[in-house]
Parts: sequence; C-alpha cells; structure tokens
Amino acid sequence: MTERRMLPLLPHGSGHLAPPQAFPRRAKVAVGDTQLRANIRRATHTIRDKRAHVVDEVDDWEELREAGRALKERVARHLPELLERFEQAATAAGATVHWARDAAEANRIVTELVRATGSDEVVKVKSMVTQEIELNDALERAGITAYETDLAELIVQLDRGEQSHILVPAIHYNRTEIREIFRREMPDTDDALTSDPAVLAEAARRHLRRKFLSTKVAVSGANFAVADTGTLVVLESEGNGRMCLTLPETLISVVGIEKIVPTFADLEVFLQLLPRSSTAERMNPYTSTWTGVREGDGPQDVHIVLLDNGRSATLADTVGRQALACIRCSACLNVCPVYERTGGIAYGSVYPGPIGAIISPQLTGVERNKSLPYASSLCGACYDVCPVKINIPEVLVHLRQTGVDGARERPSAERTAMRTLAWVMSDQRRYENALRAARTATGPIAGLLAGKRTPPGGPAGTLGHLPWPLSAWTVSRDAPLPARQSFRDWWRKTHGEAR
Amino acid sequence: MSTAREEIMTRLAIALRDVPADETADQVPVARDYRHAGESDPARLLDLLDERVSDYRAAVHRCTLDDLGATVTRLLTERGSGTLLVPHDVPEDWHAGYTGTVYRDSANFPYPLATLDETDSVLTGCAVAIAETGTLVLDSGLTQGRRAITLVPDHHICVVESEQVAATVPEALARLDGTRPLTFISGPSATSDIEFNRVEGVHGPRHLDVILLP
Repeated sequence: MTERRMLPLLPHGSGHLAPPQAFPRRAKVAVGDTQLRANIRRATHTIRDKRAHVVDEVDDWEELREAGRALKERVARHLPELLERFEQAATAAGATVHWARDAAEANRIVTELVRATGSDEVVKVKSMVTQEIELNDALERAGITAYETDLAELIVQLDRGEQSHILVPAIHYNRTEIREIFRREMPDTDDALTSDPAVLAEAARRHLRRKFLSTKVAVSGANFAVADTGTLVVLESEGNGRMCLTLPETLISVVGIEKIVPTFADLEVFLQLLPRSSTAERMNPYTSTWTGVREGDGPQDVHIVLLDNGRSATLADTVGRQALACIRCSACLNVCPVYERTGGIAYGSVYPGPIGAIISPQLTGVERNKSLPYASSLCGACYDVCPVKINIPEVLVHLRQTGVDGARERPSAERTAMRTLAWVMSDQRRYENALRAARTATGPIAGLLAGKRTPPGGPAGTLGHLPWPLSAWTVSRDAPLPARQSFRDWWRKTHGEAR
Repeated sequence: MSTAREEIMTRLAIALRDVPADETADQVPVARDYRHAGESDPARLLDLLDERVSDYRAAVHRCTLDDLGATVTRLLTERGSGTLLVPHDVPEDWHAGYTGTVYRDSANFPYPLATLDETDSVLTGCAVAIAETGTLVLDSGLTQGRRAITLVPDHHICVVESEQVAATVPEALARLDGTRPLTFISGPSATSDIEFNRVEGVHGPRHLDVILLP
C-alpha cells in the first residue's frame, strides 16, 4: 500500500492515545464495576434524551450537518493554504505562532514559554489536545504546576484519576464520590459539604477564585481557529474559560492543525451544531473569541502552538481522514452501546468511544493501537448523531482491514482455523463426518446443560465459557452447541435414504 | 521553529497528493441550504428572546428607556448591591436614582482586578442578541467595556435594545466583526459536570438580569 511506503515521511503521533493492554481486557475490568456502569448509564441516558429534544426543534438540522461536513472537507483538502492564512492573520493581530511536529515538541515549546514569564504555575482551560500530549506531566517535570479549572477536570485531577469522556471527563463519578474527593483534597472544605451539585459547584468556585485572580499564565486549546481572521474560539459553560482567556497576562493556546475553519461566517454552522450535540443546549453559556492581542483588554502576550502529532498521517488516508472533521461534541459516546457499558477509561486514550476508536489508532498508527477499531458493534448510532456526518462504522471497518493487512504475513490461530475449515467444507463427506464428530464430542456437555439456563441472559443451548484456546472466542461471545441431530440425519430417518 | 513549520507543510503536501494541484478551497462545494433568516417582526422577536433567555434561568425584565434607571435601581436594591461598575460610556440615565457607589471603568483608568472582585454588580449594554438561542453578544464596543468587567463581579445586568436583536445565529454573525474580542453569553454561568445535570452558578456571574427595551 502506498500509505505504508509513505510512513517514514508521515510519522505518527504519541501521547495518551493507546491502551497499555488490549481493549477487551480493560473492558472486562470496567464491565465488572457495577457502580461505574450505573453512573455512566444514568449520565449518558440523561444527555441523549436532552440532545434529541434540542435537535428535534431545529428544522434545518440535516442541512446544517451537511454544511458542517462539507466545510470540514474543504478544510482537510486545503489545509496548507488555510494554515498559512491563519498564521499570517494571527501574527498581524499580534499573536506569536509556533509549530510543533509532535507531542514532545509542543510540550517543549509551552514549557519554555511559561519559563520565560518567570511563573511556576498556569491555569488551564479544559482542552483535549493538551491531555493528548500529556502537557501537565511535562510541565510538572519542569517544576511548573498546572491547575485544571473546568469542574470535571478538577475532579479528575484532585482524584489523580483518568478522564472517561470528551465533554465530561468525570462522568464516571457520581455526586457522592465527588463530594468525597472534594472533602479529601480541598483544604477549605468541612463536613458541612453536601453532595448537592450546586453545593459542589460552589466549593469549586471558592477553591479556584484566587488562582484566577492571581495567576499570570493560562493554557488553553481551541474549538475553532478562523483562517481569514486569525481568531481562536473556545466554547464553555462555567466561566473558567473566560477567566483563563481574559485575566492572565500570557495566554498560550495549543491547537491541532485540523481545527481550522475558513471564515468567521463559517462559525454560523458550527455554533449551531456543537452546543446542541454536546451539552444538549441551544447555546452553551459562554463562547469566547479572540484575535491576537487587544490593547487594554485581555492577555497582552498571546501564543498559538499549531500541532501535528499524527494528524498529517491521518490526512494521508483518504477514507480515514474524515475523522479529522470531529468537533469533539461527544454525542457519539453518549449513544454507543459499547461506551455505555465500559465507560471511557477502558479505551486507554483521551479520545474514547466511537470517535476515539477511529481517531486514536490513526494518530498513533494502527500497528500500535490494534484493538480499538474492534471496540464497536458497528451498529451505526454514532454516525446518525454525528453533527458533521463522520461515517464512523465505515472508518472502523477500514481500520480493521488495515490492521489485518499489516499482519497478513504472520501466522495466526484464526487464519489456521479458517484454512482448516475451508478444507473440511470443500468436501461433503468430510463436512458431515466433522459435524457428527462435533455432536458426539459435545453430547455430554449438552446433556449437562439440558434443562439449565446456559450463559446468564444468553439463549438456551449455548456455552458461555470454553477452555483455552477456545476461550479466545467465548471471552466475549457465547458459543452455540451443535444440534443433537442434523437436518440431514432427521430427513434420512423420517423419509428414508434420499440417495 | 521554521523547520517544524516546513516539515509539517511537507507532510501535508504528501498527505494530500490526491487533491488536484489546481483545485482551490472555494471549489470544494459547500451547500448552505440551512436557514439564514428567521422571525422579522420586532415585537415577536423580543418575545422569543425573552422566552429563550428565561429558559436558562436568567431573569428578563421589560421596560422603556424612560424607566431604565428605575428598573436598574430596583434590581440593584433587590440584590443589596452597594457597588456598581459601569463602562465609562454607559449613560448616567441608565442607573439614575441608584445611590450606591458607581465605578466608571475606562481604558485610561481601568480598575484593578481586586476592585472588580469586590464590586457587587456590573451594568452594560451589548452588541447583538440572538433571539432563537437566547444569547447576548458583547464585543467590547460602546457601553460594554473590556471583557474582565462582565466576568469578575457576581451580578451582571445587560441592557438590550430591540434593534440589536437578530433572529438567528447566521444573522447575528453577519452583524459582528470577527476580529473584535467577542463574548457570547447564554444565561448565567453553569455546569453539567456532575451526572450531566445542569447547575447554574460556577465561575462567571451567577446572576444575570437582562433588560429588554422596545
């Protein structure tokens, strides 16, 4: 494939993008946690009902989706010229634009910029891309403390936990657990703290207030970067974003190169698609836009770090490149039957759920992330809700194919089994003998199971667990038992010999 | 630094080798069949804005320009606000009758953050409002001041004049200058981070009063 020959020129990205063990193993652990499943189930069902309601009231939703998809295609096909236009406009407006090939380079640039200010702390706006490149760890190694200011990120940071959702990284905690974390980690709380969400939000407000008013440097991402004007856009709810984008002296924004939109007017599409798909609101409480430096209003030292980290490699795949259209709304997570049962941590990437299953392996290269394209039942619910019409099932199947093609030369149990099966099935006598042998061998098991319900919730006459190596199949599927009598045998017995 | 830029540009050129060299961005078709215009009757537009802003649990008040001072004074008194911050170009009529301390913030005499933090309320106008989404847009222009003043105080009173109301998001963006710093405000600060339940009041102003003028 041409794609593989290009690899040395198109390096993949690194960061928090691939699970250390394969997805099924991590999913098994997650599925065993009934509290986690209950939390995620409740939250995803709440949001998906709200989303359906606010999307239903928009008559031109399909036209908006199509415009969003087309605009993102325009951007993908003409990224170099649009990036140049963005750089030129942002620079003219007083921002300094930096370029980072990968996570390490972006972390180095941000660390040096913070050091140059003399500050040893930064406040952060919730940002997927800085989680992707693990910026907080890099800053910590340089002696700089990063304070997450989004409520959910704050919860995860205080608990030293992991993010489990794109929009609400703390979705796997319920209010009681959050109350416990605050009580344990926030010095200014006492036992009067209740688990009422309003009380918890108030505690977060008090906890961060002084940080907002005193910290000199902020780090953000961006939802959109407007090529024509050099403008960055951040959508948020709490006002922590506004605090970080307005009050500090220095603002450093890390922006994936795919975040470009051509013109300011094009935001009219995305400002309608994103809030309804994401928080299920007509509009999110706060959206901020800024263009370089404005004298006397907001940060006077403005930096933008444009990041590749595997995005150009993703762009090289003409089927897979549509994943770069993602506007990080997380609607696909909330409707996914797999995500609903495993939660986000099982995916081992900052991008979980259906979209994560196609973005993460493309950023890292499928070879380093083989299991995620299989973390889906291909039901297609994700495609239906995607506000920019990313055909996630199509890309999943494509990536599975890519993974199999990449391993075609190596022996595998599955391939050996399939080859044997082909040999058996190519001859009628061989096939009938094999079936009879299978019935004989499984007869005693079938007898044992007779009258008993087999795997919990599964259909009768199936096996939930087989011994190794067949367990590779039954770990996540039920294996049917052969019928006691084949149709042919039954026919022969009741109608006499046919031949 | 420039080497990273050049390398990324080279990578992109390789990645996009399937795109014809003579194709321009504008040649990639974008069908804009979605709605641009909405309700045009000014009275109905104001009603829609009223309804949608109220949905976010912001308080909406209707009065005439003559009653504006009295309405603002009543809202400040109800909240017990002893200090009010206004951008220097807000007419004094807007808070006529208010007897608390008024700070007038300007580019030449900006108040320090500590003062903003101690101020009870802030009173501004806006650039544009979006009826369908219940959104106010501030662009740091006339009667709006710099961004920090509508953020740090806990109570924001925003005055909207009827001719500032656009029906749809596309109509609103067409009236705005994308190079100015813009703040889109849809209700008071809120979060959905705990079990996806919306709770009003986190870091931004927890109380938003919107006054609609005919």
